[in-house]
Amino acid sequence: MAVVTLNVNGQDVAVPAGASLLEATRAAAADVPTLCHLDGLNPVSSCRLCLVEVEGSTKLLPACSTAAAEGMVVHTHTPRLKEYRRMTVELFFAEGNHVCAVCVANTHCELQDMAVTVGMDHSRFPYQYPQRPVDASHPQFTLDHNRCILCTRCVRVCDEIEGAHVWDIGSRGGQCHIVAGLDEPWGQVQACTSCGKCVEVCPTGALFRNTDTTAEKQPDASLPALLRSARDQHRWHNQ
Amino acid sequence: MPSPVQVRCCDASGCRSAGSQALRNALEGARDAAGLDPSQLTIKPVGCLRLCGSGPLVACDGPGPTQLFGGMAPEQAGALIAAALPSSPAPGSGDPLAAHRLDLEAPFFALQRPVVLEGCGQVDPESIDDAIAFGTYAQLQRVLQELSPEQVRDEVRRSGLRGRGGAGYPTGLKWDTVALQPPGPRYVVCNADEGDPGAFMDRSVLESDPHRLIEGMAIAAYAVGAERGFVYVRAEYPLAIERLRLALQQARSRHLLGNHIHGTSFNLRLEVRVGAGAYVCGEETALLLSIQGQRGMPQPRPPFPAQSGLWGAPTLINNVETFTAVPAILRQGGDWYAAMGTAHSKGTKVFALSGAVVNTGLVEVPMGTSLRTVVELIGGGVPDGSPIKAVQTGGPSGGCIPAERLDTPVDYESLVELGSMMGSGGMVVMGQSTSMPEVARHFMGFSVNESCGKCVPCRAGTVQLAQLLDRFVERRATSADMERLDALCQMVKVTSLCGLGQSAPNPVLSTLRWFRHEYEAACREPSGCVATGRVR
Repeated sequence: MAVVTLNVNGQDVAVPAGASLLEATRAAAADVPTLCHLDGLNPVSSCRLCLVEVEGSTKLLPACSTAAAEGMVVHTHTPRLKEYRRMTVELFFAEGNHVCAVCVANTHCELQDMAVTVGMDHSRFPYQYPQRPVDASHPQFTLDHNRCILCTRCVRVCDEIEGAHVWDIGSRGGQCHIVAGLDEPWGQVQACTSCGKCVEVCPTGALFRNTDTTAEKQPDASLPALLRSARDQHRWHNQ
Repeated sequence: MPSPVQVRCCDASGCRSAGSQALRNALEGARDAAGLDPSQLTIKPVGCLRLCGSGPLVACDGPGPTQLFGGMAPEQAGALIAAALPSSPAPGSGDPLAAHRLDLEAPFFALQRPVVLEGCGQVDPESIDDAIAFGTYAQLQRVLQELSPEQVRDEVRRSGLRGRGGAGYPTGLKWDTVALQPPGPRYVVCNADEGDPGAFMDRSVLESDPHRLIEGMAIAAYAVGAERGFVYVRAEYPLAIERLRLALQQARSRHLLGNHIHGTSFNLRLEVRVGAGAYVCGEETALLLSIQGQRGMPQPRPPFPAQSGLWGAPTLINNVETFTAVPAILRQGGDWYAAMGTAHSKGTKVFALSGAVVNTGLVEVPMGTSLRTVVELIGGGVPDGSPIKAVQTGGPSGGCIPAERLDTPVDYESLVELGSMMGSGGMVVMGQSTSMPEVARHFMGFSVNESCGKCVPCRAGTVQLAQLLDRFVERRATSADMERLDALCQMVKVTSLCGLGQSAPNPVLSTLRWFRHEYEAACREPSGCVATGRVR
């Protein structure tokens, strides 16, 4: 197996050729934060939290979608990266309506955890309090747009793993929102198999089972990686 | 042979909106009334005659020197026909059109160096015969019959041509990258999604000389080994789309597109794809997705389109102006083109001059011409004669260059050093009364509306920036807002995914750099913004 070696935060690591920078930073236990990335799904580099500094590159590079290359020297937690990550999380909180105390995902929310990780105790940017609807038309699940951070994990898991492509993005800029089918109520989308993968991968409380109430959502975001390895290697983890 | 007297009427969007079609009808009527037939006096619709602000424009070619008239009303058609005829007396005190006569020796015309705009205003954009008579498609034939793709790429490399869409990537290098990919299908794509406010260069080329663009794209396709291509035009350019479609149809019927062009083994299919109104689709990866029928959202690069573009195949994507410069480069040689311009920016650049300036219109000048020459000499300065305050280049991705830096030569590097950028070529002149925080807010509002929403710094950061700028415009900002503005601009610039987000703070950053005092004056306690230390 071809291997590339690189240096992450002063530590030399070796990863298989073709591995992403994110995998390399994991090999160095660098704990690069991610929100939109999920193992098993194609990277989209939209949350910008995994941006790292690579010596010789004038731009910050998203670790999730950049290939690790021989001899790279990577810094993952410089002061400016930490500052940008905190600002990014502040922007996430300010643009939606995130009220942890009444959220199904409270204590199991990746956005909430991220705020702790980057040390965000308050937002320096004014909250936007957007008017966003809730789609409760599906018999088993609910979509609360107020809590959506547009990571597109649901879009990708439905398209890439389930193959139903129920979800996509509608509109643009600050008006962007997840749409079901042809922008229909979720419950009317015949393509939906009610498999629930979107709910499992949602990092916040935007997608949840109707039976969950405050702080009861316990998602399993490892599902796509399990399914993908099962398909690629024809082997299930419990075998 | 054309008849000795020819009247060229501008029929591009600018002059059309000023009533050029009614004028042309009136001219035809006046010709008939004068008892002349088309063989004695041709009236030809042509593309842009440059000085768009004085439309409708009419040029008269006769045995004598060419005369140009602006702001003509249909009632003056008779006088114009009379002036066009060789028997007409020399313009004197009795000249009824004296007020409309434009001086072709004036700097606006004399300092221009048409290369891309060679055929604009000369050829009838709806006639392939006229284009061929002007020399269009001759280089395609020569290239196909005499040159290898390597020789074509070599000529383009030697010309030093750089992408005219704004980023200035060396065109020859891009062509080589596409050509040297492993064997398989390839595509050529022309980016005609000109979305910058104040930019109308590509529209004018498409409306004025579409065959030149097709020739340039065909040469490029031959050079990189592509057999299929697309022109992606924004829907806001209906006349450009109409003329381009007509031109493609004409080129197909003459076998200048299709299979076995000029009897060689070279095949090329070109199609028009119309955008749906998203500015971000001018970003190349979003544009390619849009052509494939998907939502236009930028993708992380690498892979670059040159490696993996349309349907995963290597794709050459260049701007209208870049492709249109190619036939002239092959005709005159790469060295001829490289002789114009500066050390790192070769050739000529088309600018769309507008704003607080006397001469509004299209300007093509050699790279390295100073901004002052462009806006003061060619543009004629601010209409009321007051000094220029700033020049905005590069649209919402660029910045404002202050009057004291007007002696900067126009090239890619110099403009970036000033905190602006070349951009596609829009140049908006601003007078003394322009408020810079308002300018910044205007452009930020544009970025808010045009953000695709994929990455959070651009989607949410521009909204916050626009709200911060509101506070400055409404004069209720504080020193903390100033710090926040600085910090957020940096963050959005550095962390956004695509060029749109990365350059969205540029109008703020450049005005903060050159006109910081205006922001400070807009604070509630002006003194508090200068020194942010503890209050005594």
